[in-house]
Amino acid sequence: MTATAAASENILELEDVHTFYGSIEALKGISINVRQGEIVTLIGANGAGKSTTLRSINGLNNPRRGRIRFQGRDITRSSAHDVVKRGIAQSPEGRRLFPRMSVLENLLMGTFQREDRNNRKAVNADLDRVYSLFPRLSERKQQKAGTLSGGEQQMVAIGRALMAHPKLLLLDEPSMGLAPIFVERIFEIIGEINSQGTPILLVEQNALMALDIANRGYVLETGSVALADDAKKLKQNEQVQKTYLGVD
Amino acid sequence: MATEASRQQPVSRLRGFYAAGVVPWVGRLLVLLLFVWLGVNLVKTPADFGILLVEGVTLGLVYGLIALGYSLVYGILELINFAHGDVFMLGSWMTLYIGVQQIGLTDSSSTGKIIWGLALTLVCAAAFCALLNAAVERIAYRPLRNAPRLAPLITAIGASFILQDVGLHQLGPAPVSLPNILPTSTVFSIGGNNYTWDHLIVALTALPVLGLLVWLVQRTRQGRAMRAVAQDQEAAAMMGINVNATISFTFLIAGALAGVAGLLYALYSTNIQFDQGFTLGLIAFTAAVLGGIGNLPGAVLGAIIIGLIQQFNEGLSWHAPGSDWTQSIVFAILILILVFRPEGLLGERTPEGG
Repeated sequence: MTATAAASENILELEDVHTFYGSIEALKGISINVRQGEIVTLIGANGAGKSTTLRSINGLNNPRRGRIRFQGRDITRSSAHDVVKRGIAQSPEGRRLFPRMSVLENLLMGTFQREDRNNRKAVNADLDRVYSLFPRLSERKQQKAGTLSGGEQQMVAIGRALMAHPKLLLLDEPSMGLAPIFVERIFEIIGEINSQGTPILLVEQNALMALDIANRGYVLETGSVALADDAKKLKQNEQVQKTYLGVD
Repeated sequence: MATEASRQQPVSRLRGFYAAGVVPWVGRLLVLLLFVWLGVNLVKTPADFGILLVEGVTLGLVYGLIALGYSLVYGILELINFAHGDVFMLGSWMTLYIGVQQIGLTDSSSTGKIIWGLALTLVCAAAFCALLNAAVERIAYRPLRNAPRLAPLITAIGASFILQDVGLHQLGPAPVSLPNILPTSTVFSIGGNNYTWDHLIVALTALPVLGLLVWLVQRTRQGRAMRAVAQDQEAAAMMGINVNATISFTFLIAGALAGVAGLLYALYSTNIQFDQGFTLGLIAFTAAVLGGIGNLPGAVLGAIIIGLIQQFNEGLSWHAPGSDWTQSIVFAILILILVFRPEGLLGERTPEGG
């Protein structure tokens, strides 16, 4: 796989996706894509449909209309556990760790659907990778996840998603509720994971940090894509600066 | 999360009492009186006390198998499966149907026939109850997964009545006697009180089943899936766990335990009845609540305590209320626990016991 060929290849495509909560239409026809090797970010206000977009992709809220393709295969109606098996892992909003399991058990839950989950060597290599990204976690292996600080929980959530060997990583609000110093660290690590070859779809309220790290971005407004462009250009966009970056 | 909120509610209502320190003292006084009563009985009739202790643990192990079914299901769905007691009753019926009527086990059967006959009956009862319980979940609970909490509770009671009527149709309204298939000779005596082989065999069958369950929940991939689903269904799905299949599996296991309990109870009491699932189900449910509903070791601990209370109450001679009062005492415990210690004896510990 050459770099140019990989860069132009769509790993994920959403085409006119409509997703509902009951009778409420949360996504009103969204089309986005993620290419091999990219970081793509979704920014927008609360309720714009960022998390719903992720829930449509990961199978927790199947769209009512439209089409989602992952690596060319249709996953529009796939159930959540099938989507994971195809290679999409997520670090969810609010971390959603298993509070009464230890850090190690939580990380191992990430390998649940892997074919080589019983291969000690492979699993340990991945654990080492997570521990090298988050050295703090190796000190807290046996601690119950529910007793960790918010920043540490976020590390476990991302680490757990990495343990699944994802071909695409979904990150939902990884900076939420974290101290500024943690936020910078988390974003550094997101960049590191991406440079190791994993494409990332990043949902963030911290638009500035997100656009800094991403290749491309989509601005969502009340369930539709309002803007789509290179991250650098979005950062220069007057409207984006006013609404999301707090520039007057 | 929702359970924690509802657990705190009764406590806050009692805050005034707590501030005055009344409730803890009343509680301690009650426990103290209980121990004084047990102590006096121990001194007066040590032999009776000893045998009742052993019998209480035996009975408690059978209750424990039923209580675990309530706790497993509650742990994963926060639903009280009221049909569980009736699944247990049909396990006893299967013992009658397969063991006695089809295989023809009697008190004079040869040892070899008793062993293979009961093993076959055990497998049939466990498999039948497992499938039945999973079917109840599929038909009566799963479609209501996102409905208000009250809805599956009502269908649970409905399922309970339906299964009870199946039992009524098969067993008739009167109690049905089974032959003493297990040997009733004495294992040991405590001051003239005999502990018999049938009771020992019942206890010795329950124990490995409990061990198997612990192994399943703690050590296997399915068990990990169960624990994950119990803690966070959506997060479990994001790990690639098939949540519906895991819930079905939990009902299968709970049902199999009820089937084993049904067989053991039938052999233990040699008397079964179509409505035994209602009373014994509630007793086992009380045991699960006493230990901390959703907590697996708690369910077994609660069941052994309830078994002991029942035996002591019915067997001790000095100021024991007697068997007429057993159910009142058990349900008084249920009320007291729900009001004063809703998290049960093993408190904050968790559904999977870890």
